[in-house]
Amino acid sequence: MKKIKSAAELNALQEELNARLDPNKPCIAICCGTGCMAHGTRNLVERFQQELADRQLTEKISLRRTGCHGFCERGPMVVLHPQKIFYQRIKVDDVPEIIDKTILGEEIIDRLLYRDPVTKEKVVHEYEVPFYKKQMRLVFGMNGMIEPTRIEDYLAIGGYGALAKVLTQGDPQAVIDDISAAGLRGRGGGGFPTGRKWNATRKAEGSPKYVICNADEGDPGAYMDRSLLEGNPHSVLEGMIIGAYAIGSSHGYIYVRNEYPLAVENITLAIDKAREMGLLGQDILGSGFDFDIVINRGGGAFVCGESSALFASIEGRAGEPRAKYVHATDKGLYDKPTCLNNVETWANVPLIINKGAQWYAGIGTEHSKGTKIFSLVGKINNTGLVEVPMGITLREIVFEIGGGIPKGRKFKAVQTGGPSGGCIPEAHLDIPVDFDELSKLGTMMGSGGMIVMDERNCMVDVAKYFLKFLEEESCGKCTPCREGIYQMRKILDRITNGEGKLEDLDTLEWMGQAIKDGSLCALGGSAPNPVLTTLRYFRSEYEAHIIDKKCPAGVCKALITYGIDPDKCTGCHACARVCPTGAATGEKKEVHQIDQEKCIKCGACYEACKFDAITIV
Amino acid sequence: MQEKIAHIIGKYHHDKGFLVPILQDVQKEFNYLPKEALTTVGALLQVPLSRIYEIATFYRAFSLTPRGKHQMSLCVGTACHVRGAPIIQDGIERVLGVKAGQTTADLEFTFETVNCLGACALGPILVVDGEYQGQMTLSKANKLLKKLGKKVATDEED
Ligand SMILES: Cc1cc2nc3c(=O)[nH]c(=O)nc-3n(C[C@H](O)[C@H](O)[C@H](O)COP(=O)(O)O)c2cc1C
Ligand code: SF4
Ligand code: FES
Repeated sequence: MKKIKSAAELNALQEELNARLDPNKPCIAICCGTGCMAHGTRNLVERFQQELADRQLTEKISLRRTGCHGFCERGPMVVLHPQKIFYQRIKVDDVPEIIDKTILGEEIIDRLLYRDPVTKEKVVHEYEVPFYKKQMRLVFGMNGMIEPTRIEDYLAIGGYGALAKVLTQGDPQAVIDDISAAGLRGRGGGGFPTGRKWNATRKAEGSPKYVICNADEGDPGAYMDRSLLEGNPHSVLEGMIIGAYAIGSSHGYIYVRNEYPLAVENITLAIDKAREMGLLGQDILGSGFDFDIVINRGGGAFVCGESSALFASIEGRAGEPRAKYVHATDKGLYDKPTCLNNVETWANVPLIINKGAQWYAGIGTEHSKGTKIFSLVGKINNTGLVEVPMGITLREIVFEIGGGIPKGRKFKAVQTGGPSGGCIPEAHLDIPVDFDELSKLGTMMGSGGMIVMDERNCMVDVAKYFLKFLEEESCGKCTPCREGIYQMRKILDRITNGEGKLEDLDTLEWMGQAIKDGSLCALGGSAPNPVLTTLRYFRSEYEAHIIDKKCPAGVCKALITYGIDPDKCTGCHACARVCPTGAATGEKKEVHQIDQEKCIKCGACYEACKFDAITIV
Repeated sequence: MQEKIAHIIGKYHHDKGFLVPILQDVQKEFNYLPKEALTTVGALLQVPLSRIYEIATFYRAFSLTPRGKHQMSLCVGTACHVRGAPIIQDGIERVLGVKAGQTTADLEFTFETVNCLGACALGPILVVDGEYQGQMTLSKANKLLKKLGKKVATDEED
């Protein structure tokens, strides 16, 4: 494609591409996000291509390989346009039938439809699926409409129009005022007002100025940034270019985790394409504004998501944070004024410019505007990425969008904010989700991980899990974080081994406070949160470990024993077959037993038993 | 080796700022970071060896020892943890006789844990030689190990 030299040319191209979109032409949109790829979507795509070719239909029916649709639980999935018929859990051999029956014959294939686990009813169209119904997919919804590797697709639905608008108006300060008026707050964790950050960078002395996209996504359990970069990379680029223009920067970086190969691939391609078309590089759209972006792949360290550590890493050093008495907006990367924003923050920018600050400010709560994408994972029926307006309640997210807890088990807690956040119990499920309400509960919004736990998850174990994670990820620069997290983890090790004392709980509380007060960066500053919130809301579970020497959830190995319920055991011998130590034994068709001397509590029998006869107490 | 490394460094225009991605590419080429490779990188970029070791030991992605023929990475991110990743980790460690982060003595297997692969909906996830395997269970992991030549008790009747 040739270079676009002005906003008018861009507009003409958008219209031309849009006119080529035939809304009535059948289109098979296959989700090719990482989740669906892991489900085996690659073979599905090939089969569709082959079957369409065999029937000489490649001209009549288009095939679109889109980014993540969000409903990863149900992959592989396709949406058949124009009717928006939604088929899920598709197998390669379903492909000919889908083409012949549904696309050519307008017949619905019942077994591929989604069945609502609550009402037990089958749902035909994507927009009727309860998982999507309550969502507000402003940022994420475009994923299903485009092929991320085709810039034409993004242009056809109006992409880069916000950039053209901003460049035509020619008033950088007005852009910042718009972002401020919209009330956009950073989606990377802290919720810092984006307009204020841009303004500070714009006003700061020094050049060059840098604009950076934080795609380190360190929270283990959150993957919305990845899905945006993979599924709609141009929206992130467009946001960054607009931001750079507003701030007065011509150098951009994207710092992306190396563990995300597809995201790296798609964003690299997107940058090349944008540059080729004159949307990046020199004299963007003939406006005289220059801006280009370099990709930097992270080395897999959680702390590198922290601003000053991220700068160090881009500079080619070990990612250690530094004290924050100087702001990054004054002295960031290479000690120059730097504006660092999260992937999702950037992706919100074109939306605000296109639809207006007023419109955007109308969504959400008083101090948290717009939508937020969460990764709803763990013990939940509808796992996936959900985009909801700020202010929706946790209960709506977990029970309506998420469809509740699998296997009829009981909800116990939902964890937000990743390793810096906390666990929220049932009693607080009706709070509106926004930055401030979550902080009040001792947790935080974080980057958007939302991990649901049921009665079979031990809260002490979860607290220990996060401490272990942070212990490994602490850069080691300052003592409270390095030694304090280690000591707290040792205490939790003792408690989960049945060697805890009640005084330990007080020690955890004051030590947690000390670590929060004494740490240099927010990693240490928020590290005790998972322990402190579980102590606050699930103290009795800690006490059960200490006083009764029991793990009520049946997780902590030292405190549980495996047994066999004689009433349920059918003597199928499955446990004995899988037991690695020969502890589970018995004659076929007779009740089996477990030799406690030999049992190493590996859980193999529990998993293998189809009759629920293995007990854990 | 010299030539390959020079080529990688050339791709990054000899820019010291790209030390981390350069080492990533070197590791990809040699499957770990051999000592000679690090000295070569140091000499070509004119960066002291101590700085290179600082980087190579700080970031989780780097390995200073050779890796096994088969690479197994288990996700132990939060979503996978609450869905039972620890039980699978114990199982794999028991069968291979190594802890996470180690390679078996016969250089057949390297077992690692990772924090979130961004496919939490399918957790627990085990990546075997680059293939994502979702909804992992102890018995599925055992079957995979058996297929790769390990002796394990599985629920298949012999
Ligand atoms: C230990 C630590 C890890 C962080 N990891 C991330 C991350 O993975 N992604 C991210 O966007 N922000 C992360 N942050 C927050 C960033 O420091 C920074 O506040 C954010 O990128 C700013 O962007 P925003 O204003 O758009 O949220 C992390 C912070 C800390 C202290
Ligand atoms: S608080 Fe922890 S991670 Fe942050 S600088 Fe100190 S030691 Fe490093
Ligand atoms: S926690 Fe395992 S893939 Fe995210």
